[in-house]
Amino acid sequence: MTRLATGGLIDRERPLSFRFDGRSYEGYEGDTLASALLANGVRLVGRSFKYHRPRGIWGAGSEEPNALVELRTGARREPNTRATVIELYDGLEATSQNRWPSLTFDLMAVTSLAAPLIGAGFYYKTFMWPASFWEKVYEPMIRRAAGLGRSARETDPDTYARRHLFCDLLVIGGGIAGLTAALAAGRAGARVILADEDQRFGGRLNAERITLDGLSGSDWAARAVAELEALPNVSLYPRTTVTGLFDHGVFGALERVADHKPAPAAYEPRLRYLKIRAKRTLLASGAIERPIAFPGNDRPGVMSASALRAYLNRFAATPGGRVVVFTASDDGWRTAYDVLAAGLSLEAVVDTRAEVAPALLATIPPDATRVVIGGRITATAGYLGLQAVTVAGAQGEVFEIGADVLAVSGGYNPTLHLTAHLGHKPRWDETLCAFIPDQLPPGLHIAGAVNGSYSTRAALLSAGEAVTAALGHLGFSPRNMALPDVADEAAGVSAFYAVPGKKAFVDLQNDVTADDVALAVREGFRSVEHAKRYTTMGMATDQGKTSNITGLAVLADATGRTIPGTGTTVFRPPFTPMTIGAVAGEHVGKHFRPTRTTPLHAWAASKGASFVEVGPWLRAEWYRKPGEQGWRDSVDREALAVRAGVGVCDVSTLGKIEVVGRDAAKLLDFVYANRVASLKPGRLRYGLMLREDGFVMDDGVIARIAEQRFFLTTTTANAAKVMQHLEFCHQVHNPELEVAFHSVTDRWAQVSLAGPASRTLLATITDTDVSDAALPHMSMMEATFFGTLPCRLYRMSFSGERAYEIGVPADFGHAFMERLMAAGAAYGLTPYGTEALGVLRIEKGHVAGGELNGQTTAGDLGLGSLIAQDKDFIGRTLSQRPALIAADRPALVGLKPRSVGDPLRAGAHLVDVKATPSIETDLGYVTSACYSPTMESPIALALIKGGKRRIGEPVRAYDPVRDADTLCDVVDPVFVDPTGGRARG
Amino acid sequence: MRIPCPFCGERDSDEFLSIGTVGPARPDEKASLDAFVDYLHFRDNPAAETREHWHHVHGCRQWLVVSRDTRSHTISAAEPARRSAP
Ligand SMILES: [Zn+2]
Repeated sequence: MTRLATGGLIDRERPLSFRFDGRSYEGYEGDTLASALLANGVRLVGRSFKYHRPRGIWGAGSEEPNALVELRTGARREPNTRATVIELYDGLEATSQNRWPSLTFDLMAVTSLAAPLIGAGFYYKTFMWPASFWEKVYEPMIRRAAGLGRSARETDPDTYARRHLFCDLLVIGGGIAGLTAALAAGRAGARVILADEDQRFGGRLNAERITLDGLSGSDWAARAVAELEALPNVSLYPRTTVTGLFDHGVFGALERVADHKPAPAAYEPRLRYLKIRAKRTLLASGAIERPIAFPGNDRPGVMSASALRAYLNRFAATPGGRVVVFTASDDGWRTAYDVLAAGLSLEAVVDTRAEVAPALLATIPPDATRVVIGGRITATAGYLGLQAVTVAGAQGEVFEIGADVLAVSGGYNPTLHLTAHLGHKPRWDETLCAFIPDQLPPGLHIAGAVNGSYSTRAALLSAGEAVTAALGHLGFSPRNMALPDVADEAAGVSAFYAVPGKKAFVDLQNDVTADDVALAVREGFRSVEHAKRYTTMGMATDQGKTSNITGLAVLADATGRTIPGTGTTVFRPPFTPMTIGAVAGEHVGKHFRPTRTTPLHAWAASKGASFVEVGPWLRAEWYRKPGEQGWRDSVDREALAVRAGVGVCDVSTLGKIEVVGRDAAKLLDFVYANRVASLKPGRLRYGLMLREDGFVMDDGVIARIAEQRFFLTTTTANAAKVMQHLEFCHQVHNPELEVAFHSVTDRWAQVSLAGPASRTLLATITDTDVSDAALPHMSMMEATFFGTLPCRLYRMSFSGERAYEIGVPADFGHAFMERLMAAGAAYGLTPYGTEALGVLRIEKGHVAGGELNGQTTAGDLGLGSLIAQDKDFIGRTLSQRPALIAADRPALVGLKPRSVGDPLRAGAHLVDVKATPSIETDLGYVTSACYSPTMESPIALALIKGGKRRIGEPVRAYDPVRDADTLCDVVDPVFVDPTGGRARG
Repeated sequence: MRIPCPFCGERDSDEFLSIGTVGPARPDEKASLDAFVDYLHFRDNPAAETREHWHHVHGCRQWLVVSRDTRSHTISAAEPARRSAP
């Protein structure tokens, strides 16, 4: 029985059963997995990373380097969870890591015998050659032998959420300093957020024998929390770790919503990522006790002295019955006192200091224990846990003491990580023997142990000062600032970091010893950043929270420098490990990027469309009819229907922008490479936009609706980019122009009605005159359809046939299509999708995404004649760079295979018939390809050196990736109706 | 980061797109090719306060000139690009 009979913040009325490595145990509500294991006499919880040495529980908080376990099973199995912060729940299942075949008998532990061979730089030295061995031999070997837990193989079944928070004052840490500050700010009326990573506010108040205002520490904390809960302007976030401090008062925090339950409730996220914007912040994150490196300091039973107090006082759990305290600080004596108070046997107190204050000595009854002043622990013994320690006294006397717990106190390191996330460097404090924050990020105040104010009284005073300053900045007056009456505990510390000898571990999690650090120095890795990477010290999941300063001290000693002269490594977010799911939040699967559908989506689906993703859009690619064997059957039928009769295609995804204002034409003349101002109201023009560097950016159609109103279309992919570009060209380059832009993409259901019969059909559904005289090619009008529905009617053609685009107000799109189809039945009106659209445009040599690839000029695409010579526009000057007008630039042509059965695909490279394909002989490449049912042949558009001068020449389309080499003829890119007569009608 | 948009107030940087430092004014149409190359491609990269173009994409859609210190991310000003001398 290793549970104390009384005391602790556990609920003995609520026993919980749990399993560790398959065995059943019992703990209580309020336990962590670590405290419950200790209360069940389990000290050995894992094997170490490299040497497979038996390891136990070092600490009682999130800094834990040792007690990592796999938590849960199946899809929820999570590796490397710290037993010290896992709240116990009924049915919890955990498994030890990095052992085989079992925790107590680990065959891999033989690597421990080979330890001299696998010291610092082991990975770099051993697995160097040959390179081909890395993937197949070394990496699997290292992964099996050295490693941490296994992650789940199944898809994560849980959901994650994100919340945005704002406050006047964010208080990080709910210990005595944080609670005091939150109370003061809450009472003053500030909007306060108080976050603490523990499930219970109070920090060390819950772990110490302490009295404030006549209350126990935990009762005082509970009273403070009760008052805070009653304040409407205060939000409490327990189980919430502030993981990152970012610029301008932005913080990231991880709230463990359901990790203390077997599984989240329905609709409950497992974790929630909080993004907090705080006007001021008060950091009261406390301090982490520092280990001392000495030979055998990793044996289960060796633990942080303050953690031992937490287990005794908060959890009523005893890691053992016979305790030795090894301390370099006054704080160790507090542990000695608590060990006696808990009724355990205190075998010895070994203080490294030559002198200890009599008052401190007096805290322990004279004959209660053996006191060794100026002593060292030089060795430990025990098989799977501590059984004895070897002590060397000040006079060189050496003796062994039987003990199953060794409580180590090397002083404290302020938990200053957040203060350094923006790059601010801490300073070394000689008195505290620790780095403490120096320059602080703007808006940040610090209080309590993180500021080096270790005693309860000092923490309270610093909290009062810090919150007063913060409230002053916020314009609030502090009220009721009377501080409770508390003791001022002794907090002296000495600069003692390591006892020389073998197997003196500096970094327990990464299995780095003091010898490894010294070896790294001998091999030339003297800088702290180099030594860190070479030894891997401080690089594991705990990021060296317990090990960094000790390692730094050993490094400083080995290099003959001071600790501040050696410096610290960089602190980066997150403070503790974060589940990647919490970062992604709800942005997973289809929520990663919303799917956009057009107003005609449901209509297209009802016509049997199959859909394809085009950027965020779903577009109908073809409409399969019964009896059609493959997609080609559908696409051929649709394309032929447009050439012979009439088809209809949903083109609503095209970007649509309305440009209005007195200077609209002037602005567009600056943006487009061709002339816009000369366009008459009611007329359309093809528009080509260049980037400032001279390459083609986008194309579309410009419609001048009225003198001061234009309607532009953009390609589907570039809609947002063009809008942004227009705004830049206006606001930055031409701010004096009076013009405004509206994105109207979603306002219109836009359909293309194409084919020789299109006008005849059109005339049956509108009373407006749509004759060629009233509506010639490249013109527009407003027309009323079906007697009541006003629409915009544009006469333009992408297919090369007589064609119209109809802009229908989006909400009427579906009804319009139903009626159009009914009216079109007599004309064989055929819905066609993006594939047939692509076939029709390739047959006409119209450029699209394959050609508008960011590397082509207007000249390359055969559009050079459109460029206006008599005005300035974006891209004008740089489009004249020598390389952009060179005669041998690849330019647009058409291709036709000699043999109709040969494959011709986009991406194939073009070479001369007799050439050996290589980069030197490369002539260009195929940009778009399809089967043309009109030509009854595969056809393609391509960019080829020499361009149209090559028409009539043979060329090979060489495609080694898909094993094709097709003899083609270079032809004009306009395969169908080269004179364009069909579109003009 | 938080950007103090003169139209919308202080907003998260996620709402903005930054395209880098403000260069010299766009050269006159008669300027040389070299002048345009300098204008488009060459920027200093100082460890100092810089003026940058930020677009409030998910906000007022105004282009701003934001004065930001590249060492500390301190933002001393954000003004509409249309009112700011290049
Ligand atoms: Zn704005």
